[in-house]
Amino acid sequence: MSDAAAPPAASTGTRAPAIALRDITRRFGAVLANDRVSLEIAPGEIHALVGENGAGKSTLMRMLYGMIQPDAGTIAVDGRVVRIHRPADAIRLGLGMVHQHFMLVDTLTVAENVVLGREPRRAGLGVDRTAAEARVTALADRYRLPVPARARVGGLPVGVQQRVEILKTLDQGARVLILDEPTAVLTPQEVDDLFRMLRTLHAQGTSIVLITHKLAEVKALAERVTVMRAGRVVGGGEAAALTTARIAELMVGRPLADDLPRVAREPEAPLLEVRTLDADDDRGLPAVRRVSLTVAAGEVLGIAGVEGNGQSELIECIAGLRAPLRGEIVIAGRTMHGRSPRERAAAGLAHIPSDRLHRGLVPEMSLAENLALGRHRERELGAGPLLDRGALVARAGRLLADYDVRPPDPARRAGQLSGGNQQKLIAARELSRGASVLIVAHPTRGVDLGAAESIHRRLLAERDRGRAVLLVSSELSEILTLSDRVCVMYEGRIVHETRPSETDERTLGLHMTGRAQAGGADAATGGDTAGGGAAS
Amino acid sequence: MKAPSRAALLTASAPLIAVALALLAGAGFIAAIGEDPLAIYALMARETLGTGYGIGQTLFKATPLVFCGLSVGLGFRAGLFNIGVEGQLTVAAFAAALVGAALAHLPAIALLPLTLATAIATGALWGAVPGVLKARFGSHEVINTIMLNFIAAALVSYLGRGVFEPATVRTAEIGAGATLPRLDLLWPVLRGSPANLALPIALAVAALVGVLLFRTRLGFELRALGLNAPAAEYGGIPIGATQVKAMALSGAIAGLAGMNFVLGYKHFFELGFSAGVGFIGIAVALLGRNHPVGITIAALFFGGLLYGGLAINERVPKELVEVLLAIVILLAISVQQVIERIARKMAA
Repeated sequence: MSDAAAPPAASTGTRAPAIALRDITRRFGAVLANDRVSLEIAPGEIHALVGENGAGKSTLMRMLYGMIQPDAGTIAVDGRVVRIHRPADAIRLGLGMVHQHFMLVDTLTVAENVVLGREPRRAGLGVDRTAAEARVTALADRYRLPVPARARVGGLPVGVQQRVEILKTLDQGARVLILDEPTAVLTPQEVDDLFRMLRTLHAQGTSIVLITHKLAEVKALAERVTVMRAGRVVGGGEAAALTTARIAELMVGRPLADDLPRVAREPEAPLLEVRTLDADDDRGLPAVRRVSLTVAAGEVLGIAGVEGNGQSELIECIAGLRAPLRGEIVIAGRTMHGRSPRERAAAGLAHIPSDRLHRGLVPEMSLAENLALGRHRERELGAGPLLDRGALVARAGRLLADYDVRPPDPARRAGQLSGGNQQKLIAARELSRGASVLIVAHPTRGVDLGAAESIHRRLLAERDRGRAVLLVSSELSEILTLSDRVCVMYEGRIVHETRPSETDERTLGLHMTGRAQAGGADAATGGDTAGGGAAS
Repeated sequence: MKAPSRAALLTASAPLIAVALALLAGAGFIAAIGEDPLAIYALMARETLGTGYGIGQTLFKATPLVFCGLSVGLGFRAGLFNIGVEGQLTVAAFAAALVGAALAHLPAIALLPLTLATAIATGALWGAVPGVLKARFGSHEVINTIMLNFIAAALVSYLGRGVFEPATVRTAEIGAGATLPRLDLLWPVLRGSPANLALPIALAVAALVGVLLFRTRLGFELRALGLNAPAAEYGGIPIGATQVKAMALSGAIAGLAGMNFVLGYKHFFELGFSAGVGFIGIAVALLGRNHPVGITIAALFFGGLLYGGLAINERVPKELVEVLLAIVILLAISVQQVIERIARKMAA
């Protein structure tokens, strides 16, 4: 342990590592998820564990937290080798984990959630609420994690719910905090808040393990980095000594291009027009309000926004999966009022939906069949009412190779693919339709860097071929990289329109949370968009 | 690839394991009523498989189960639970028997297709009703098909008053042109058994259902709808219309289930002739995993059970035979589901 990397300034010389994982191996069937992985977390350091999806980060952390058991290798906490059979053991050892999907009870208050399982009792029975609230408030003050102790968790913003999760682990006595992709669900402002709080925790001696694949966060927060690829540790070291390009290269296993090539284009004829569209969500509440937009041939229009501000409903209206209340949708000059999804596809629409497993794929069907979904009426795939399996498989073979879907086995079920490959599968099907209008929602969510880059390239190639692309994403870097123009949706309206060259993530973030003044400076080019917001 | 293949193997053998365990449980039941399980099973085997007559009887019992299993299985493939097979086959058999008798003078070349078409159309219509109700109003097909079973039974006995032969609950005999010849004309070994041409028709329909499901655009739509309705909708598949088509097809196949009895055996419709095969069809579809080949095999198994149950009547009282059959069916299906779940966990 003396040969451990120089500990950060805050910690005390030669103390044993807070956590030492040695030669951890874990196999799932034929897959070697972790192959002799060793990792040390020094006391009080912020350590980033990075890697693409499926690299084995989560498996490693799930073993540390006692959710699964390693096949081989040892785990030591504070220099002592331990066996962690279940999360309760991990908690007893001072480990706390904040999962990507929060484990909170929506109907309980913040204080009740934090103390759940360790409630202060009143003499006899019943929870002492006042004591619980006092305890949580004290804890929140000490770690500067402001939360409304009495509020019900269900109604709180995601960023605050995350704080409640962190407080819960601290109340359990966590000295090592493991955060699994903590920023995936946050706005840029919430990310700033989170990082500030994590630095405070760090200053007070808490060790933090940050699982992520966002490299900017690694640079912003971490002191040391460990990079995993294909179940192994492939590199790491002091964060300051590594460039993001180097980390990305380690993660992907090859260098990534800095910039995607793009051709400047003259404005062309509009291919997709949406005029003063109103729509309700599934509960019958207004979701889209007087939205107007135009996407021209050879243009990417990015829609930025925190999820749940009407983007999904807007896209469903365009795709014909939701009936709008008012307004008009025109694809390639033809009005789509009352047209079915099939008719819209025939008019030249392709759609990469946000929800891969729910909408985009039939997980139980083969890759070949999934590549035919929505295209199963094409003449090329069979005579008359028949569907020719040979033609299906032949096309699948071509597309799987073309779009680098792995494994390229047409008979495999789509549900067996990794998330990134599922996304590539959908992209292969939709981009090869030759449609003139593409609506694309969260095309790289949960997709690793290499696959994301290839999807981005494909989208830009489609743009360069004169397609109109409507891109919805909550990932601002994606919006800014791909778009020619950017609209921000907030509470169902388009509240801001700009160009990537004239804005940045911070400005967009303010508009996304409704905190920017909707003043003259921001007025969008179309009177409808800004005016609609002010009027109703 | 060791673990997945083991899981696949387990999934594949699930019906066999399930049947074996079910027969074991049945043996326990037989022992409990004071009989020798081995002797009873041996008797069943001898009576069903040991003679040409027994094989013919088993095939005869299996024939309507093939239709009913295909009907339920097709519905399942499209995500619909058609419990209304019993009602669909009842109205279809009634209508077909009336047509077969009313046009008795026609030659076979005209009468047989007409009678079959009547059965198919009536079953399709009776099946389409809950399909339309589901597509238009979202009301659940399970409830509606159950209700339509009651309506079918009541309707047929009401209408029957006007057409049944005096002092019976059966219709007039159909014309000779509408009858399906017995198989023992072709294979004398089956002599005396009522197995008839409905069996090869059932096998042909099974093959057609296989082609429909796996080799046609409509079949693709049905399966996509059953596996993931939102994805089907996204893929431009009209949900409501496809549900109606699925229920109509399911009903059409159910409509043929009565032909075994009406055209091939008694040559008339009789109240209660189906004896619940429409419901056993659900078990057939489940054990056969909604696949035409599996359904055919499962139908033969249940056909053997049904006839074997009759054959052991002298040793085991009729009511207890029914309990035995129910135990075997219940266990076969539930054990299979459990094994499949275990296999899925192994694969995950």
